[in-house]
Amino acid sequence: MSQSKPLSLHVPEPTGRPGCKTDFSYLQLSPAGAVRRPPVDVAPLDTSDIATGLIRVLDENGDAVGPWAPEVDPELLRFGLRTMMKTRIFDARMVIAQRQKKMSFYMLSLGEEALGTAQALALEDGDMHFPTYRQQSLLIAKQVPLVEMICQLLSNERDPLKGRQLPVMYSVRRAGFFSISGNLATQYPQAVGWAMASSIKGDTKIASAWIGDGATAESDFSTALTFAHVYRAPVILNVVNNQWAISTFQAIAGGESVTFATRGIGSGIASLRVDGNDFLAVLSASRWAAERARSNLGPTLIEWVTYRAGPHSTSDDPSRYRPADDFQHFPLGDPVARLRQYLTKQGWWSDEEHERVQSELEAEVLAAQKEAESYGILGDERAPSAATMFEDVYKEMPEHLRRQRQELGV
Amino acid sequence: MKMARDDIPKETATMPMTMIQALRSAMDVMMERDDNVVVYGQDVGYFGGVFRVTDGLQAKYGKSRVFDAPISEGGIVGTAVGMAAYGLRPVVEIQFADYFYPATDQIVSEAARLRYRSAGEFTSSMVIRMPCGGGIYGGQTHSQSPEAFFTHVCGLRTVMPSNPYDAKGLLIASIENDDPVIFLEPKRLYNGPFDGHHDRPVVPWSGHALGNVPTGYYKVDLDKANIVRPGNDVTVLAYGTMVWVSEAAARESGVDAEVIDLRSIWPLDLETIVNSVKKTGRCVIVHEATRTSGFGAELAALVQEHCFYQLEAPIERVTGWDTPYPHAQEWAYFPGPDRVGAALKRALEGK
Repeated sequence: MSQSKPLSLHVPEPTGRPGCKTDFSYLQLSPAGAVRRPPVDVAPLDTSDIATGLIRVLDENGDAVGPWAPEVDPELLRFGLRTMMKTRIFDARMVIAQRQKKMSFYMLSLGEEALGTAQALALEDGDMHFPTYRQQSLLIAKQVPLVEMICQLLSNERDPLKGRQLPVMYSVRRAGFFSISGNLATQYPQAVGWAMASSIKGDTKIASAWIGDGATAESDFSTALTFAHVYRAPVILNVVNNQWAISTFQAIAGGESVTFATRGIGSGIASLRVDGNDFLAVLSASRWAAERARSNLGPTLIEWVTYRAGPHSTSDDPSRYRPADDFQHFPLGDPVARLRQYLTKQGWWSDEEHERVQSELEAEVLAAQKEAESYGILGDERAPSAATMFEDVYKEMPEHLRRQRQELGV
Repeated sequence: MKMARDDIPKETATMPMTMIQALRSAMDVMMERDDNVVVYGQDVGYFGGVFRVTDGLQAKYGKSRVFDAPISEGGIVGTAVGMAAYGLRPVVEIQFADYFYPATDQIVSEAARLRYRSAGEFTSSMVIRMPCGGGIYGGQTHSQSPEAFFTHVCGLRTVMPSNPYDAKGLLIASIENDDPVIFLEPKRLYNGPFDGHHDRPVVPWSGHALGNVPTGYYKVDLDKANIVRPGNDVTVLAYGTMVWVSEAAARESGVDAEVIDLRSIWPLDLETIVNSVKKTGRCVIVHEATRTSGFGAELAALVQEHCFYQLEAPIERVTGWDTPYPHAQEWAYFPGPDRVGAALKRALEGK
């Protein structure tokens, strides 16, 4: 062709900006029960249709339908609902505490509570999660004391991390919760390495890696997929697609006309795309992936389709880049409301119980906050000693750090 | 160079080894002693490494302990951090130090910080081996000396041997150490010592006292420098290939220089350095790496802080130029014995 038109750069945009309505048709939803459930030893490429479909169990009426409906003890589901509620209440209280300047920073997980909660229930003690900063529901599901979490947030004298880390960068080894880093995606290959170590030692434990849609653009994401595939590592590679990376719509992370689950297919990894606000689907898909990993059949990538209902962090104002009522229109709804509807319909939950549990949990969170604050809040005199600042840089404190500590006079 | 060393046990069974064989022996010894030691990297497994440093280890210990890795420095170090968090002791290889950059985030933000940020809950005991240094017509991406990138990172240990005996002992000590260690191997010294006289025939390690290496387990302590040439007139601080260059420069210039091989670059053996400079009153710092913000700047600052009243001349730095490492201009770039010798004389006359 001799006559070429001028080229133009394509820069993806969300359909919904402040004052507009988002067109969520890009999500390509499947009806509940429509996506098949393959055997756990399925060949990775044979999951291609599932990586572009959407595994859902709970339908519009609150019934559990289709091949992914899990067999599950009602008590576990009641615990799951309580955990999601507790996470939401905890988040709300901590946002207030941040506004009151008791802590410098907070990140809530509003709308994403099903993910950590259900996956924690699908895995076993001894397995290791490599979370991002938005999987606090894992800790709450593992029943880590709220006081301990809040002390970390407050950087006070009981902070297990001795005031070294920004709030929400928890580390709770005994709960299978790896130390959170501010550097995005780094935990993804680390999770694969942990899983490889478990294989090397002939262990039975598996790893669970977590990443957001935006961070999939980091090189560590692709790296982790390659290593997980090459060494058939027993790892669940979770991609939480909450549609937003701070102000950036998931299309600019590479999600336009493609799903993140298909990245797994291209890497030779069995991949599922799942309704992340459907507690039963999250539990079921997590169990499937865990069984696959534990049977030495290799990794699974799961894209969880959800929505970041809250601001990115307490430093963020989403009304500057997306519609204020976006979450109300998100077609997969609210994970708490959906599980509540299901449990109520089964006769395993009631409005009265919901109100009572809500009150109980609010009181529990408040009491934990009060106790944690009794050990100090940010910037008061009960901060961890400045002398501890020099510890744990190395196993033994080297001479230059001893000199610097003396220089500070502590 | 001083041929006999007091710290080498005389009764141990030894055999002649190149630095390559000594490093291989260190990994062999540690894999035998500790089931948690695993070795991997590009071409490290079946093939035994592009420099033969892991030759035969996979055949001996199996593919689950010694294996080939994809070409992904970030992936190699990132998975090693995860393995260390599990409790293994990975010894991973980056094929050339020039190619560590893709792993920078995992090294700086993760391996170096894990113990600190988790208050000791998780640790990253690992060794990252990297062949480094020039003098081999390696051009821009097979000659770099990036040690200053690592010494600036709190939480890392940076080590560089200059001979087979130290190479094995330091590598064993590094593998046993519970901190992450950047283990830089001057590839110019892999097969024999090199004093910068590129126009002379290469000398092999065989026949050299420091190429006579114990076959079993031993350690050369980290954070301990080695005075390779005692002297009274000027202190030379060097590591890696520059130890040999500095020793040749002292001999050829006739300056009674005390040459110190730092061995552990950071944290370092400050006491040995300070004692020497206080004695000589003069200091020349020699490294292959580029000058500005190179590790020599830190050494100069330390000597100035600790030996100010004993210094009789300005501290000299002989380093690579502040240019990328060139190919054709190899010997104009590489700090050879003439340049070091001239600096020794300047330091001596610099009063």
